[in-house]
Amino acid sequence: MTAIPVAVPPPPTPWELPSRGRVGMFSLVAAEATIFSIFVVAYIFYVGKSVTGPTPSQILEVPIFATICLLSSSLTIHFAVDALRKAQMAAFTLLWGITAALGAIFLVGTGLEWYRMIYRLGFTIRTNLFGTTYYSLVGLHASHVTVGLIGLVLVLILALAGKVRQEHAEKCEVFSIYWHFVDAVWVVVFTVVYIVGR
Amino acid sequence: MQECSAATNGRVRRWARRAVLLALGMLGAGLALWAQPGGRSQVPSIFAPESTPADQLYQLALFVLAVCGGIFIVVFTLLVYSVVKFRRRDGDDGREPPQVYGSDQLEMAWTVIPVLIVVVLFLTSARVIHSVQDAREPADAIEVTVVGHQFWWEFRYTHYGFTTANELHVPVSDPSHPTPTFLTLLSADTDHSFWVPRLAGKTDLIPNKVNHLWIDPHNVGLYLGQCAQYCGVEHAKMLLRVYVQPRDQFDQWVKEQQQPAAVDPPPDAVAGRRVFESTACINCHTIRGTVANGRFGPDLTHLMSRDTIGSGILPNTPQTVRAWISNPDAFKPDCLMPAMNLSDDEWDQMAAYLATLR
Amino acid sequence: MASDSIPIAGALSLPRAERKPWLEVLHEWVITVDHKKLGIMYIVYALFFLVVGGIEATMMRIQLAVPNAHFVSPEVFNQLFTMHGTTMIFFVAMPVLFGFANYLVPLMIGARDMAFPRLNAFSFWMTAFGGLLLYFSLVGGTGLYGAGSAPDVGWWAYAPLTEPAFSRGHSTDFWTLALLVSGVGTIGFAVNTVATIFSMRCPGMTLSKMPLLVWLNLVMAGMIFFTISPLTAAQMMLVIDRYLGGHFFDTQAGGSAVIWMHFFWIFGHPEVYVLIIPCFAFISEIVPVFSRKAIFGYPVMVAATVGIGFVSMSVWAHHIFTIGMPSWGNAFFVATSMAVGVPTGIKIFNWLGTMWGGKIRFATPMLFAVGFLFQFLIAGLTGIMLASAPFDWQLGNSYFVVAHFHYVIVGGILFALFGAFYYWFPKFTGRVMDETLGKWHFWLFVIGFHLTFDFMHIPGLLGMPRRIYTYEAGRGWATWNLIVTIGVFVQIVAVLIFVFNLVQSYFRGPIAGNDPWDAWTLEWSTTSPPPDYNFAVIPEVRSRRPLWDLKHPEDPDWKYE
Repeated sequence: MTAIPVAVPPPPTPWELPSRGRVGMFSLVAAEATIFSIFVVAYIFYVGKSVTGPTPSQILEVPIFATICLLSSSLTIHFAVDALRKAQMAAFTLLWGITAALGAIFLVGTGLEWYRMIYRLGFTIRTNLFGTTYYSLVGLHASHVTVGLIGLVLVLILALAGKVRQEHAEKCEVFSIYWHFVDAVWVVVFTVVYIVGR
Repeated sequence: MQECSAATNGRVRRWARRAVLLALGMLGAGLALWAQPGGRSQVPSIFAPESTPADQLYQLALFVLAVCGGIFIVVFTLLVYSVVKFRRRDGDDGREPPQVYGSDQLEMAWTVIPVLIVVVLFLTSARVIHSVQDAREPADAIEVTVVGHQFWWEFRYTHYGFTTANELHVPVSDPSHPTPTFLTLLSADTDHSFWVPRLAGKTDLIPNKVNHLWIDPHNVGLYLGQCAQYCGVEHAKMLLRVYVQPRDQFDQWVKEQQQPAAVDPPPDAVAGRRVFESTACINCHTIRGTVANGRFGPDLTHLMSRDTIGSGILPNTPQTVRAWISNPDAFKPDCLMPAMNLSDDEWDQMAAYLATLR
Repeated sequence: MASDSIPIAGALSLPRAERKPWLEVLHEWVITVDHKKLGIMYIVYALFFLVVGGIEATMMRIQLAVPNAHFVSPEVFNQLFTMHGTTMIFFVAMPVLFGFANYLVPLMIGARDMAFPRLNAFSFWMTAFGGLLLYFSLVGGTGLYGAGSAPDVGWWAYAPLTEPAFSRGHSTDFWTLALLVSGVGTIGFAVNTVATIFSMRCPGMTLSKMPLLVWLNLVMAGMIFFTISPLTAAQMMLVIDRYLGGHFFDTQAGGSAVIWMHFFWIFGHPEVYVLIIPCFAFISEIVPVFSRKAIFGYPVMVAATVGIGFVSMSVWAHHIFTIGMPSWGNAFFVATSMAVGVPTGIKIFNWLGTMWGGKIRFATPMLFAVGFLFQFLIAGLTGIMLASAPFDWQLGNSYFVVAHFHYVIVGGILFALFGAFYYWFPKFTGRVMDETLGKWHFWLFVIGFHLTFDFMHIPGLLGMPRRIYTYEAGRGWATWNLIVTIGVFVQIVAVLIFVFNLVQSYFRGPIAGNDPWDAWTLEWSTTSPPPDYNFAVIPEVRSRRPLWDLKHPEDPDWKYE
């Protein structure tokens, strides 16, 4: 409007704000973490309360191999993003691909586990309270892994087609926040279901 | 678009006065409410307690109301004052008033004082929570198990060996040596809530959970209540009647309820009993001493000893019983009692039989 | 200042805009990612459902005006209160507040749009679709009699009433799925808001220099992550129960009805703060401008709101004091519920402190703000009464509670919203709403509101429970219910005047100019309505009231902050 003849304090330089992708993804992680927390609370509340049917110790086998795969995929995605920042495209594509493969192994492991429980042991989501809470919690996690895997594969295809460049490192880092979150949730789910709840 | 006429300012002052009058009027209505007659009145007012739990809640309520009333008066006065005193007057020079950004002392004061008020309110509430919820049951308390159903109340006097429905009888409790009634609250289907305001606060009946409630009514009389947790279509018609009787009358009532139904009904009821036993009525209802032992609907052994039917919604007369059994949906649409397709004669016979269940 | 922003012709009318073919205008609105258009769409959507929810309320009140009425059947009444609550919370209050936030937040922080414009559009359409899905139940939800049937389980949908055993047909599923879908939209909006506020502020606008409206919407959005998510989780569990044979809330299989209650109210209580905090934001913008003073105690206002955000997540079980929690559990929730009243009370005092020593101008927005202060005070006090568990054992689940929360929602939220409409309508449309009609709206609505909701407390005190489609004569409730119903019709007239004012002013109101109220935040520095790009040049700010600094160069705010 009018010119100001009064001395104005200098602007704060440089004007830096957090990246919106990162803030957005952390916000989404907060919301998703809350959803998972409610399922975990329900799981813990219902431990030992099933009126009929098999107990966790009778059914569950600890998925050590799948867990190791999933947790290591956090490391590989971290190094992949690192490589992309340094414009090491081959290393990025390789590490990103390994991440996707590890995630896929985890899902296959979960799938085999469920196949065994449902078809050979007859243990389903409607068997008893344990069945309901177990399949819901692990299934919710597996669905999040699936979404992550779809994202990983999409980026992998783009990387193989040579479309991913160094300036995309920020976006890949934001995506990796989601993947780290999925892994962190598994740590909690694994502890609650296979260690504490058994 | 700004209005600065004298009319506006005068209007503001007049409306401020009217606001104060309105507030006082409402206060008056509140006081009139508080002074509701107790005793014989059927109005289930929480301000007319007749039992220790309700009384303790009432005392606490008065205290909380007084504190809130005090807060209201202080803040309302400040609001009216600032609206009246600091409005822009006519002939205002258009300069901005002094800009005050805050005051540490004021903000401290109006933080600390509310915190103190909250502490006091919390402590008084906590005391009453403990004295009502954690009250110990004396040895000579009456025990009744209340089971909530869609849309009626089952009362099991297990210690006395009988079950009845919808109308709860308890002895009056003498404060010098109290004989309270302790209720165990269960549900057969969805959530319900037992609320007789003049006797106690409400407590819910939740399936798969056991709750407790106690009352020690000081005065003989009939106290009204109803289900206070939405439980389905006919939630509104799940009424409660609590009959507080002198001890000897209560004992008499118990003795009568303990009797099974007459083995040989009078001749004009025989046909009705046969109809009753051969239609699906016995699937849902119990009449002790006969083959009817269904648990889905109310126990009918002493149906005629009750003042009302349908969980309090109809007076218990031969005409209403006849009308009710032939078409429950007319009075309580979607209640879970079906109308069996009988002939008029069969309905008459059944009503005649039911009339013998004293 | 009008010279550096060029309004773009289009649907936001200026009288000399060129007329485009309506199909093109419609297309522009449907595909838009512009925060201003999406904001208006949220608001218009909410106004439509406000009318629908109001009709539902009116029908219920007619049924309850006299004892044993037969205006609607019990089934229809139960659907009415379920739909009324669900509609008003999820498809009126939340969309309208999101709409205002969408429009105002980028403008107030000097940004050109929200952080994620396409997410913005996606969130709106998800919310909109959720509302349509809910109402499709009238056509598609098989009731017991083959006709469509809206859900009738109450807006809290307590288990096990919602389990397949007790809710046959699909009505409950429409409730669950509609809210799941719109919940996705809500979380998307919240993510967008947080990212926008953290990452898109103009130079010089540190967090401590944001307008209070922006701060409060930040707190609201942050709360949404921890508020809507429990509801989403609980509804997923309900869907698993109803469709996959799960037993989360199946009491016959050992499931718990109580756990639904806890999960629902872990959502339900912070939700009401999600609703009221943006209204606090409106009041915090309107009261200073019309008192001609800066807000009193800005840092404490921020701290109190953040405090409310946190404490409100710990109070939920005061909605279930009657379910038989142990006494120490009840006592804990008494303590937290009363504690949350402290920062709330502080805010009332700060608003009073803002008015104190000012020069108050009673234009319509300020009338509604004063009404808000009066009514929110009372609502807060009846809330304190309900927070005292033993008192709640009488008052809970009665018409006292219904009166209390309508006092907050209508007397508080709706009044603040009306104030916001009159205040920002000039910015959104370029025209001012009529003051005379505004005053008629205000006073009629005050009278109608108090007739209905003051007297509604009394049947509650006399033992009338809620959610009953009729009641017995002779319990002392009839007269009060009749007065309550009469007040509804007064409110209807007031709202009709408001709608007429909205429409008439849109076409024929006086031109507003950039800054009709002589206000101080950035949205008033650009044209009314703003161009698509909001500001020709991204502003730089030095204080909380950049326009005050420009208008009062001899006494700028940055000297005192």
